[in-house]
Amino acid sequence: MFPYRHGIVLLILAFTAGCSESPWNNPYSAAAATENTLYTSFAERPKHLDPVQSYAENEYAFIANIYQPPLQYHYLKRPYELIPFGAESVPRPVYLDAAGKTLPDSVPAERVAFSEYVIRVRQGVRYQPHPALALDESGKLRYHALSPAELRGIDTLADFRHTGTRELVAGDYVHQIKRLAHPRLHSPILQLMTEYIVGLKEYAAMLAGEAAALPEDKTVDLTRHELAGARIIDRYTYAVRVRGKYPQFAYWLAMPFFAPVPPEADRFYGQPGLAQKNISLDWYPLGTGPYMLTVNNPNRQMVLERNPYYRDQAETYPAEGEPADAASGLLQDAGKTLPFIDKVVFSLEKEQIPYWNKFLQGYYDASGIASDTFDQAVQFSGQGDVTLSDDMIRRGIRLQTSLATSVFYLGFNMRDPVVGNVDGGSGERRRKLRLAISIAVDQEEFISIFRNGRGVPSHGPIPPGIFGHREPDEAGINPYVYEWRNGQPQRKSIEQAKKLLAEAGYPNGRDAKTGEPLLLHLDTTSSGADSKARLDWYIRQFQKLGVQLVIRATDFNRLQDKLRRGTAQLYFLGWNADYPDPENFLFLLHGPQGRARTQGENASNYRNAEYDQLFDRMKHMANGAERQAIIDRMIAILRHDAPWVWSFFPKDYTLHHAWVHNGKPNQIANNGLKYQRLDPALRAVKRREWNPPVVWPLALVTALLVIGTLPAIAAFRRRERSTAVAAQS
Amino acid sequence: MTAYIIRRLIYGVFVLIGVNVLTFALFFFVNSPDDVARAQLGAKRVTPEAVEKWKRERGYHKPLFLNEKSTGIGRVTETVFFDKSVRLFAFQFGASDQGRNIGYDISTRMWPSLAVQVPAFVIGLAVYITFALLMAFFRATYIDFWGVVLCVLMMSISALFYIIGGQFIFGKLWNLVPISGYDSGFDAIKFLALPVLIGIISGIGGNARWYRTIFLEEINKDYVRTARAKGLSEVRVLFRHVLQNAMIPILTGVVVVIPLLFMGALITESFFGIPGLGSYTIDAISQQDFAIVRAMVFLGSVLYIIGLILTDISYTLVDPRVRFS
Repeated sequence: MFPYRHGIVLLILAFTAGCSESPWNNPYSAAAATENTLYTSFAERPKHLDPVQSYAENEYAFIANIYQPPLQYHYLKRPYELIPFGAESVPRPVYLDAAGKTLPDSVPAERVAFSEYVIRVRQGVRYQPHPALALDESGKLRYHALSPAELRGIDTLADFRHTGTRELVAGDYVHQIKRLAHPRLHSPILQLMTEYIVGLKEYAAMLAGEAAALPEDKTVDLTRHELAGARIIDRYTYAVRVRGKYPQFAYWLAMPFFAPVPPEADRFYGQPGLAQKNISLDWYPLGTGPYMLTVNNPNRQMVLERNPYYRDQAETYPAEGEPADAASGLLQDAGKTLPFIDKVVFSLEKEQIPYWNKFLQGYYDASGIASDTFDQAVQFSGQGDVTLSDDMIRRGIRLQTSLATSVFYLGFNMRDPVVGNVDGGSGERRRKLRLAISIAVDQEEFISIFRNGRGVPSHGPIPPGIFGHREPDEAGINPYVYEWRNGQPQRKSIEQAKKLLAEAGYPNGRDAKTGEPLLLHLDTTSSGADSKARLDWYIRQFQKLGVQLVIRATDFNRLQDKLRRGTAQLYFLGWNADYPDPENFLFLLHGPQGRARTQGENASNYRNAEYDQLFDRMKHMANGAERQAIIDRMIAILRHDAPWVWSFFPKDYTLHHAWVHNGKPNQIANNGLKYQRLDPALRAVKRREWNPPVVWPLALVTALLVIGTLPAIAAFRRRERSTAVAAQS
Repeated sequence: MTAYIIRRLIYGVFVLIGVNVLTFALFFFVNSPDDVARAQLGAKRVTPEAVEKWKRERGYHKPLFLNEKSTGIGRVTETVFFDKSVRLFAFQFGASDQGRNIGYDISTRMWPSLAVQVPAFVIGLAVYITFALLMAFFRATYIDFWGVVLCVLMMSISALFYIIGGQFIFGKLWNLVPISGYDSGFDAIKFLALPVLIGIISGIGGNARWYRTIFLEEINKDYVRTARAKGLSEVRVLFRHVLQNAMIPILTGVVVVIPLLFMGALITESFFGIPGLGSYTIDAISQQDFAIVRAMVFLGSVLYIIGLILTDISYTLVDPRVRFS
């Protein structure tokens, strides 16, 4: 009897202790409360985690922290600067002529036949523990000849009992470059890279031929074939040879496409039976970076844990940054070994409302700000400055803003007979029509109404922070749309736009010859209640000119199809930079890359001979005054021709809790996890403080139910006891 | 009965073929194989060659329904439709357009769906029937009147409102349960409590009112009056006689739903971050993964047919007069 009572007491004590330690609404285990773990989320399961296939931001959130390309971006410095990552130093290209003779660095681009990047790999770097590298007692790879019996009971990578590692060598980087051409992998940059990496096109064709002859369950062995443009020089050195002068290649070397993958990984994952269990490199990465994926359940949670061998690389937190970084505490950890955080838990969170509420409860460490929650998080001061709301300040939340390296625009299809045809006979009239529309669509109002001020009106395609961008001062404004008044750019008046419209042959929005109203069509994927206000706003902007805008809402596929066929008239698009170079924005209007003709990224099908010529010169140049002058001229051409309505550069707002340190938005790199530091003890305290369970409503509801039931019970008893006919008195 | 079931199963095969044709036609009416390829290959730097290669590898390069270039039976068999449909009937769902094994995904994702759906279904049914019987018992009194008003009010509110409201009140205001998330084993209970509760509450209005109507229809029949005349208590009359006789209309709506519990709840799973088959289907639709959409529609149809057959069988259990012919 006594032990039974004792047990109950213990149980109650344990329960109450548990309640006091961990809030009831804690979605994580109570034991994890003080662990050095960062909590964040993902909204959509990543399609690819294979570095040769992945090309989406939500996928890079994982693999950029797992893989180690030769280069990376400096965490703090702006403009963005490349620094070594897997390589010992940032390689300088050696220019060669067609005969292989070395040329001086100052040689003009047209004389350069090849550029060779010789990359020296860091020594002593080791892969994360992984079954593909596990050795048996005899030193052979343990899991490279799996039988069906051995596969039984294996459902995830964690089911393999043994793991192993090995040192990173130059051959692993070369292997990954070969993987770009693998016929079963669809690398999105293969086509682009075949234009540059010597021999890659022929290599891809040869592999495709070999793969076609193989049975479905067999795949080509890349180690059997050499690639001319990527060769191993010694154990720690390799060279990549690209055609011509292509300075942007260094930026590609900072992307996971060029991260090392050991050939053992391909051999391991290529074994029959593993793909059927969804065990593939596309799902279970194998890298040398600071973190490794230890839980991969994209239906619920993905977990990155510290790669136990990464600290051997002795990478340290940067000691330099922007001038304001020291004052904001971003240099406090200078010189300390990375990474700081042990574990990063990504939980599936598809909807914004639960995410925001859990952030406020302290269960997510950082958050963006959606339109729905903007007023809750941020307020504007009398001077128009953005500050946190009182509630956010009380919670110790910090706000960081940064301009995205992205551009949004309303494009004109230059093949369209009404708005396009810049080189045609009536090109000048149509140019004036485009300019009139560019003035009429008030981007400042759009940013204020629909983006809560989170954006900067654009005067050209290059965002701030990218070489070539000019601040919109008196000399830098778009003179076709803005005037410099009272020390700031002012949008030209609607009267000036109407004048341009009349000169274009549409006085008051009607065709001067036929009297018919001018009808323009905007193809957009926006639909539904949320977009209606935005689209109505656009209609009103065109109405200011008397022009009728017809919205043709369509789905993404149809819009892409129209753009490919060149049949859209006006359309919305945006571009997010691959790398911080003006070429990555100016190519969006490069004639030879017209969407309708070559399926390129120039969706407006804009062509201007001078612009195209300047582009070809500019793309090979190093940043400097000469390059800036060319870019200035190119942008002047674009402003004159107005193939886009220059819309805005988005501004990102990020909120961090007080226990998160070293957060600095980096719009280009995605490997920032290793720099962040946490104070888990403070987080645990705040979580308890913010989430005390409120039990009295439950008691109240129960009491109300009981009270409400009593009359019913009484009525029931009365009815049960009553007789069919009332007794006579 | 065996002959009847076999006959129904054969009918079911024809229904499945029809559903498959419809799904295929509707999907490819909206999306061409090129669109599917582009959706999988991403938005950046997708070349026509890459699209063609992707289609060829996954068999989307063939004609959809009829191969004009082929001869004989090949005109039908060498098509995307034939390739993608035949294996379904052997429950071989193959790989998704992203390359993952669909059968494996279904086998892992059905458990979270069941974990939400089964308790919500069982407890919900008990609550709805009890509430309906209570209203029937107190018919024509203020309890019945306000019960019906409450039901109409509750069925007028959108399910989304219950979810967001529930998350706000129980998760944020009172801090009693996590707002969203999921875990395995016993740890799942704290995540399941709220979606199950909301699933039950959101269904009370419509279901209780429907069952009340069924019970009221039964309650005025002669056998009930006879039972009362025999001196049976009202509780015994309701639970023993009325409930049993009202089972056929109840089973019509209930048994058919049971197999579909596997398929999960679309909005609930999405808002609560529950990794079930409902969110799997929604994701596949948004990512234009035809292989998954086709597999899930096929599975849904199979389960629905099974549900209908089970319903017929259940009639014989509650009403001995029902015979299969």
